[in-house]
Amino acid sequence: MRNLFQFLWRNQFFTLFIILEIVSVLLLSNSFSYQRTLKFNFVNDFSGSIFSSYSGITNYFGLQQENDKLVVENARLRSLVPLATENIDSLSVHPDSLYTYIPAMVVSSTVSNPNNLIMVNKGEKDGVEKEMGAISSMGIVGIVIGVSEHYSVIMSMLHQNMKISGRIKSNYQLINVVWDQTDYLLGTIIDIPSQIQLQPGDSIVTSGNSLIFPKDLLIGVVTSHERNTGGLLSTAILEFSTDFNSLRHVYLIKNQMAAEQDSLLIKISE
Amino acid sequence: MPGLLLRNIFRFVILILLQVLVFNHMNLGGYLNPSIYILFILLLPNNINSSLLLLLGFITGLSVDLFTNTAGLHAGSTVLLAFMRPGIIRLLFGNLEFGPGESPGLNKLGVSGFFRYTLVLVFIHQLALSLLEVFNFHHFLFTLSRAFFSSLLTIFLVMIIVLLTTTRKKH
Repeated sequence: MRNLFQFLWRNQFFTLFIILEIVSVLLLSNSFSYQRTLKFNFVNDFSGSIFSSYSGITNYFGLQQENDKLVVENARLRSLVPLATENIDSLSVHPDSLYTYIPAMVVSSTVSNPNNLIMVNKGEKDGVEKEMGAISSMGIVGIVIGVSEHYSVIMSMLHQNMKISGRIKSNYQLINVVWDQTDYLLGTIIDIPSQIQLQPGDSIVTSGNSLIFPKDLLIGVVTSHERNTGGLLSTAILEFSTDFNSLRHVYLIKNQMAAEQDSLLIKISE
Repeated sequence: MPGLLLRNIFRFVILILLQVLVFNHMNLGGYLNPSIYILFILLLPNNINSSLLLLLGFITGLSVDLFTNTAGLHAGSTVLLAFMRPGIIRLLFGNLEFGPGESPGLNKLGVSGFFRYTLVLVFIHQLALSLLEVFNFHHFLFTLSRAFFSSLLTIFLVMIIVLLTTTRKKH
């Protein structure tokens, strides 16, 4: 034992190197799965405040495009208003559609890493919690994985631990959407039943199975589908409806019924 | 000596801020990510205590991790860079004498010498970074090409920064 310590002391440089690498990999191992990321993600207000004061300056450069996007969204919402008011019947409002929306501004985001995160300027104080969904005016964005007092971090669709349950809009078939880390515009649709042939232009929407996102929220549009021979399930490529590179505004959404639905599912599985 | 310390603290702060505010969002080609903050480790004095060098590598990496929410990723790869540094200097410039507090910078190594020094260490750092980031061997060739092109970009940017900020000594 004594010899061992003497050896380690004599090779201080190498020993310290090994210790620091082990510490790094242990820290890093918290990001290896979605569940671990959710549990161990610690967001700090310090980096958030530096990012937000910096993005306060750079935001001016994108005001025009941002305005255009908001105009388009306004128009879309306006077109939905008559539809919504006509169909309201106090008896037919289902409680599973109770989602609350918190608007937030992106203070920092990346698209070029294998695991991309988005930081926004709303946190605990504004009612943000882990596992809330994030959407943009264009479609799905990601899931909140870490919250500090004033900021929160979203795991974007562009993350290797991300997997979203979706549906093919035209025929309600369930599929999953992941990202293959190569191109930030394109996602991969997996688990497509073999009898289904997707056409370029088919819409992929959220299934609503996850309790995080409302159903029928746009994920993206199919660009190509190679039918695989032999297997039961095939894969296809889709173009995300959200442009993650120019993202400025997001809405964080909370399913008011999530806790109840969750406990019901747990009760059933017991 | 306090001048040397202050200069390094200043360099640390500026490089970390440049990295997290500007270069992390460059997004060239969709997947390239230069890591210019390693210049801080490259330019530390040659006679620095080797354990301190490792610890500074760890702290530098962890500071970048703090901003990118990737605890351990940059720390791990920068510790490797710091670990390789003394060996690479000995390998490339074996017979070169360094004065106390003198760093392996442009003035000491010359443009071509500093370029070779940067080239080797940046490739090691980027390869570690890319592999740690995905932590698997799926898309291995893609990971390699990401490391390769990010390295080229990093070397290019580091050389520009160094050429612009070093005041050349007249001989």
